[in-house]
Amino acid sequence: MSKNGIATFLIWLSACLVTGVFLCLLMDIISQGLAGLSWAYLVESPQDAGRSGGIASIIVSSGLILLVAIATAAPLGLATAVLLTEFTTQNSTFGRFVERSLDVLAGIPSIVFGLFGNAFFCIYLGLGFSMLSGGLTLACMVLPILIRSATEGLRSTPNDYRLSAAALGMTRTSALIHLLLPTAIPALVAGLMLGIGRAGAETAALIFTSGYVDRMPDSLMDSGRALSVHIYDLSMNVAGGDANANSAALVLITFLFIINSVSSSLANHWMHRRIIRL
Amino acid sequence: MNPLFIESATPLDLAEHKTPEESYTLGPIQTGPPCCVPRTLFSIKNLSLNYGSTPALKNISLDIYEGCITALIGPSGCGKTSFLSTLNRLTDMIPDCKVTGDIRFNDINLRSSQLDVLNLRRDIGMIFQKTMPFPLSIRRNIELPLREHGINKNSELNVILQQVLQDVGLWEEVKDRLDSSALALSGGQQQRLCIARALALQPKVLLMDEPCSALDPLSSAVVEDLINRLRGRYTIIIVTHNLAQAKRIANYAGFFWVSERAGCLIEFGQCKQIFEAPAHELTAAYVNGSRG
Repeated sequence: MSKNGIATFLIWLSACLVTGVFLCLLMDIISQGLAGLSWAYLVESPQDAGRSGGIASIIVSSGLILLVAIATAAPLGLATAVLLTEFTTQNSTFGRFVERSLDVLAGIPSIVFGLFGNAFFCIYLGLGFSMLSGGLTLACMVLPILIRSATEGLRSTPNDYRLSAAALGMTRTSALIHLLLPTAIPALVAGLMLGIGRAGAETAALIFTSGYVDRMPDSLMDSGRALSVHIYDLSMNVAGGDANANSAALVLITFLFIINSVSSSLANHWMHRRIIRL
Repeated sequence: MNPLFIESATPLDLAEHKTPEESYTLGPIQTGPPCCVPRTLFSIKNLSLNYGSTPALKNISLDIYEGCITALIGPSGCGKTSFLSTLNRLTDMIPDCKVTGDIRFNDINLRSSQLDVLNLRRDIGMIFQKTMPFPLSIRRNIELPLREHGINKNSELNVILQQVLQDVGLWEEVKDRLDSSALALSGGQQQRLCIARALALQPKVLLMDEPCSALDPLSSAVVEDLINRLRGRYTIIIVTHNLAQAKRIANYAGFFWVSERAGCLIEFGQCKQIFEAPAHELTAAYVNGSRG
């Protein structure tokens, strides 16, 4: 076999391996989880530590935690990205420092975020084991993803827009609002979805912050169990919870799959829509 | 009707004052057409420009006359575009770009830090080499900068929209699709839209950075014709690599050349003189095509 042939073979092999692992995982979860999945499973509350009953309260808690996380991280992330791209130069000391910090932040294991969240939000700020603490912790975690994608999106907008807007006597802010942000929307949405996906799948950071309580939450200050924590708990701590763990995992994977497809189709949609109506 | 907008019958009928052979030159200033009031609009003394420690322009001094077309010619990389950008302070946008020297516009110090740059740029429009319509509808392209400058009434906006599009000869072509994307226009149409967008702000000056070089010959001819019609109403400074074009449309011409790795102005004078009786041997070599 020629060198080229070997290289082609290896590339195909690794691609197949990656896809294969994913498919195995998916098949396993579907085969074991599909049986327990029903409408009742989605709308009923868990009983007997999750061995029976459904996951309604878990879904609500997950949603609330996500909401807190994204509502906090999205505006912060966008503002930081705007600062980095529009109001500092790329090689300014401050800009480089912020970007380096973000890279480090992105590489920190989620368990460390969990411990930090516990120490800072639960104890120091006195929010206790609550969905608010969990959501804020997740916000810290997804912030680097959001900032990175928004920065890339804004940097890839044509500099011509900035120049022509300036030449027409428009302010930077106005160019940003009317031209740059609309142009960068595909990247912003893609980043947001990526962040939601990451936050939705997070376990370790939530165990120490939003807790285990599987009751239907009354407020954000209640402890709430996220879907991923539910799966972890059922498979690790609850004997006989495996079947329901698989069903919950199937729900989570479906959710992530939907988020992924929506984000990529939204990005495509905006890419092909050549005109932005304001 | 706003007197600043060009009507098809311009009150300044240039043809009266020029014979076709001399269409590119003014002749002696005293007898020149009324487009060229011998009044200095820009007065530039010892202008130098550095990008970091790299000099891009050195000791440029020249006057730009009101109502005339001034062409800047010279090889690529000799600082013509940088020079244009100093005139509307677009150099502010470039980090570590340093401008020294004295630039006066209507006796206002252009380098003053107290200058209202946004209003200055409203007075001094700029057209770029690459056509740069915004990714918006044709209407929004014109309206966006106007709204930015406080013109918000729809009736007023519509009047301006139609006037400027008529001025650049685009109205008939686009009047039925004002709300469709400006990016769907052809290159020549896009460039005329950009000119219309600049005209809508009623500037006194138009800086044009090779406005025709990205266009096909036909569109280029249309834009050139448009520039010619703008003469007298606006002071136009045009950077061009097309010597024939400079010769056809300009009243004055400046020749830039790179010396000691910085751009400098070799010769400045009436267009006819620059092309037919250049004083400097470099100019002669460049306009005759033997150098550059």
